[in-house]
Amino acid sequence: MKDSEIDDIGVDLFVEALYRRHGYDFRNYAKASLKRRVRELARSFGFDHISDMIPRLLHDLDFMEQVVPKLSVPVTEMFRDPAVFFALRRQVLPILASYPRINIWQAGCATGEEVYSLAILLKEEGLYDRARIYATDINDQALSKAEDGVFSLHNLKDFSVNYLKAGGQRSLSDYYHAAYGHARMDQSLKENMVFARHNLASDGIFCEVNMIICRNVLIYFDRILQNKVLKLFLDSLVRQGFLCLGHRETLQFSDVSQEFITVDEDHRLYRKTLRSVGEP
Amino acid sequence: MNSCRWEAVVIGCSAGGLEVLCKILPELPADFPWSVVVVSHTTADSTGLLAEVLRGCCRLPVADARDKAEVLHSAIHVAPAGYHLLIEKNKRFALTVDAKVCNSRPSIDVLFESAAEAFADRLVGVLLTGANEDGCRGMMAIKAEGGVTIAQCPATAFVDTMPQSAIKAGAVDHVLAPTAILGHLLRLAGGG
Repeated sequence: MKDSEIDDIGVDLFVEALYRRHGYDFRNYAKASLKRRVRELARSFGFDHISDMIPRLLHDLDFMEQVVPKLSVPVTEMFRDPAVFFALRRQVLPILASYPRINIWQAGCATGEEVYSLAILLKEEGLYDRARIYATDINDQALSKAEDGVFSLHNLKDFSVNYLKAGGQRSLSDYYHAAYGHARMDQSLKENMVFARHNLASDGIFCEVNMIICRNVLIYFDRILQNKVLKLFLDSLVRQGFLCLGHRETLQFSDVSQEFITVDEDHRLYRKTLRSVGEP
Repeated sequence: MNSCRWEAVVIGCSAGGLEVLCKILPELPADFPWSVVVVSHTTADSTGLLAEVLRGCCRLPVADARDKAEVLHSAIHVAPAGYHLLIEKNKRFALTVDAKVCNSRPSIDVLFESAAEAFADRLVGVLLTGANEDGCRGMMAIKAEGGVTIAQCPATAFVDTMPQSAIKAGAVDHVLAPTAILGHLLRLAGGG
């Protein structure tokens, strides 16, 4: 048997141990990239084989706490794909403005760059005061970084170009305080953010929302889990609620494609139909 | 054209790569039997540009590789800008936004290493001009799985760091100029 095939067995056993011992369910993640990350994990701890990690995973809680953050490598930016934020500003927020309360779920928020982008967008459109953003992730370390709202100043410079392309009306620097190479996001942006741990693979509905933003998360899942999560989104949205996916993700070919209408396929904006059978 | 052994070719390039791709890919006949998958280090701004250029000059159909879509025979697939492209064992594409590898996303190593496991000894790897060492590990993986590896002859490369690093690592079976790479691919695909 080839080494790469032995690694396949190692990954399956590792994922099974992680699930049965700690409840984190990576069983329906896309295999090729998961294998890459699990191999990287083993290498970073100095193990020769993936299977060497299994005893530690079962018996060492400190080890476990380092595993999930390393498996769900959060890479995110502010106003990534600025045209999408521009489309949200022009096509979605004017409709959300007709609601007395606006609940938004940012699913898989990682270190929070997009949550702050969204808060800035809502603020500039005069909607933030009646909005609430639920930002969730499975990675506690990433969530706590998101809650801190402190980002590298170096990155912020790139983000400010995106901010302007997204239709920004001021300067991104109006929204943070720079010190010692870091940028602390303005306190007022955090007022209506709620951060919570939520596992898309195993947890259910936790709120009813007018819009869900979940970008570049579904690509990590296999078809089965993608459809399960899309059903969860369908059930979490109010009728005519909006769904925004990543640039390379689509509702086409999914089980729920009939339950949504396409608002803007280029920017992956969809809207739950008025008569959708989904709950609520 | 008919092939008993080979199933796919993966091609990686960086600085100066477009010119070389345009010497090779337009010459592949419409009945070229393999799947062709291309990773070029592009900036996030040039989304879809490479596919568009190739579409204008190739006889094979050209498309951006889509997440979960099948790797088609007799077609050229291009890695979309800003995402790593991988091939699953079931011969379907997968995209990720994982951290950059060799400062690149898409990374040649990421595609080549996953393709090596998916296609094993039915894969040809081609590494062209470029200014970093991305692709070196990928070429080693292809060789280790029994595939064949071709690097662009450094003297013909716009920047030779990329093919040179793979050659030095002992990961390359054939070192060829662009027109000879084309000839070699056609010969392999023709069963020669």
